[in-house]
Amino acid sequence: MGLFSQIWTVVVMNVRSLPQRLWMSLAAVLAVSVVVAVLLSFLAMSNGFASTLGGTGSDSVAIVTRSGSQSELNSVIGRDSVNIVSTAPGIAQDENGQPIYSAELYVVVDGIKKSSGTEVNIPMRGISPEGFALRDRVDVVAGRMFEPGTNEILVGQGVIDQFAGFDLGQEVTFGKTRWSVVGVFSTGGTAFESELWADARLVQDLFNRGNSFQTMRIRLSEPGNVEGISELIENDPRLILDVDTESDYFSSQGEALQGIVFFGWGVSIIMGLGALAGALNTMYTSVASRAGEIATLRAIGFSNVSAFFGTLAESVVLSIIGGVIGALVSYTFMDGLTTATMGPGFTQVVFTFEMSPELFKNGIQLALIIGLVGGFFPAWRAARLPVVTAFRKVA
Amino acid sequence: MTALFDLKDVAKSFVKGKEKITIFEKLNMTIEDGDFVAIMGPSGSGKTTLLNMLGGVDQPTGGEVWFDAERVDSLSEGQLAKWRANNVGFIFQFYNLMPMLNAARNVELPLLLTKLNGKQRKKNVETALSLVELADRAKHMPNEMSGGQQQRVAIARAIVSDPKLLLCDEPTGDLDRATADEILKTLQLLNREFNKTIVMVTHDPAAAKYAKRTIHLDKGEFVEEELVA
Repeated sequence: MGLFSQIWTVVVMNVRSLPQRLWMSLAAVLAVSVVVAVLLSFLAMSNGFASTLGGTGSDSVAIVTRSGSQSELNSVIGRDSVNIVSTAPGIAQDENGQPIYSAELYVVVDGIKKSSGTEVNIPMRGISPEGFALRDRVDVVAGRMFEPGTNEILVGQGVIDQFAGFDLGQEVTFGKTRWSVVGVFSTGGTAFESELWADARLVQDLFNRGNSFQTMRIRLSEPGNVEGISELIENDPRLILDVDTESDYFSSQGEALQGIVFFGWGVSIIMGLGALAGALNTMYTSVASRAGEIATLRAIGFSNVSAFFGTLAESVVLSIIGGVIGALVSYTFMDGLTTATMGPGFTQVVFTFEMSPELFKNGIQLALIIGLVGGFFPAWRAARLPVVTAFRKVA
Repeated sequence: MTALFDLKDVAKSFVKGKEKITIFEKLNMTIEDGDFVAIMGPSGSGKTTLLNMLGGVDQPTGGEVWFDAERVDSLSEGQLAKWRANNVGFIFQFYNLMPMLNAARNVELPLLLTKLNGKQRKKNVETALSLVELADRAKHMPNEMSGGQQQRVAIARAIVSDPKLLLCDEPTGDLDRATADEILKTLQLLNREFNKTIVMVTHDPAAAKYAKRTIHLDKGEFVEEELVA
């Protein structure tokens, strides 16, 4: 018994008396839940985006880009460079002893976002059969593969969901060229599903790319080891290129949305200050309305520590309830929500909001901080309340 | 009888704005063990302040307060809380029951400060409620009881941990005459049968008649003392 039972008694009384301060308490719960819901929505977006890009790359594939290029779109590699790099050590070979690689084009075409009706850039990849072989999870889920040399395209599953006019069998026009959508492909939810795929040589011709490409993808003989290619590039002054594993490349691209995470935290902190003010107001009101009870308990012999923790616990309980509601709202409305946003390279990336236990923990932690700070000062007041208050009329 | 309370040259003043207000300058008073004292006087005479100082919820600005041969005016706030828990039962004009707890839970509150286990606490609560004839109302919430019943629950709460001293601040001020008499008889019983020392502040001369003696205060001084019985 002793202090713990004193604190427990005060906590139970405070929590049971919450209905007497119903609206004020609900306002505090609502404020915290909105803050947590907003924060978790931002984090779920960032999580989903990073996860989409992070899951896109493979450790067994190297990607070669022009040195200093920020994305595939502003990279250029000539055919001669492709030929030189293909001789580097560390490249896996097919059954005929030929290096396995794919030189790819990456251009942008116009599309209309279904949700907003706005015009956006959609990436179109010029790809060869070798490029398909370099992607482990690629699967044509509807229609068929495009015929090389014809104006046929495959569209990623994300494209169909998010952008208008790309349904199977439809014809689309880019510039003066008409294309037929002959198939839909899936890559297991990676960023490739935000792309249109067509024959590489045709894309080169129709987009006036001469004999150049944007990137080169190479199957590594040893996963994660790009040293052989890197050394070749460093030792050959004709090659102004960068090489990285595909997984590292996309992970670093995923960090592009880090700004949104900071923005999300910033917005949440500002809103959190508002919730904090609400919590403070609620708890000061609670202490004022329970002044007689607190003073009576103190007169009986309860310590001021129990008054302090009892009040603090009420604040924490309200905030945790708000935090859980906010997390559930965010989970219900955001988890699994698919959308598209501007990715690295000024093209749209289709991704899915992803809640995780870690994000839940973040939300509850934020609620806890609001509860603790919002309850501390009113709890301090409760602990310092003059006991003689008990001798006055209890309101 | 031996002295339970001994007040020696007790002073109490406070500053309000730029003005120093003195309530007591040199108050001397002895309350014997087993006494039942009624303190009367006009508003502002210092009766409630005196009661607060006796209960250790307000500190004198001068002099000494001795309780059972222990000086209590110099105890810290935490020590005073323990001292109150061990020695004092409070009875308030407006009962001051916890509205979210039933009668038994209200009465149990002081026992949460002791080392008694749940079973012992329950037994003590039942005894206290029986003494005030409310054993059948143990599960009732305060708002389900009359004023007189609530005050009797408050008395049960005050005596449940068997303190030597009961401090009553206008205990019948909110009750009708008949109910007030019942409460005062209960206090008298506690004084006579259970040797509780009772100090009661009241405006009501009829209530004061239940005490053994009445002290009249005016402007911080004793102006009259009369023995009732």
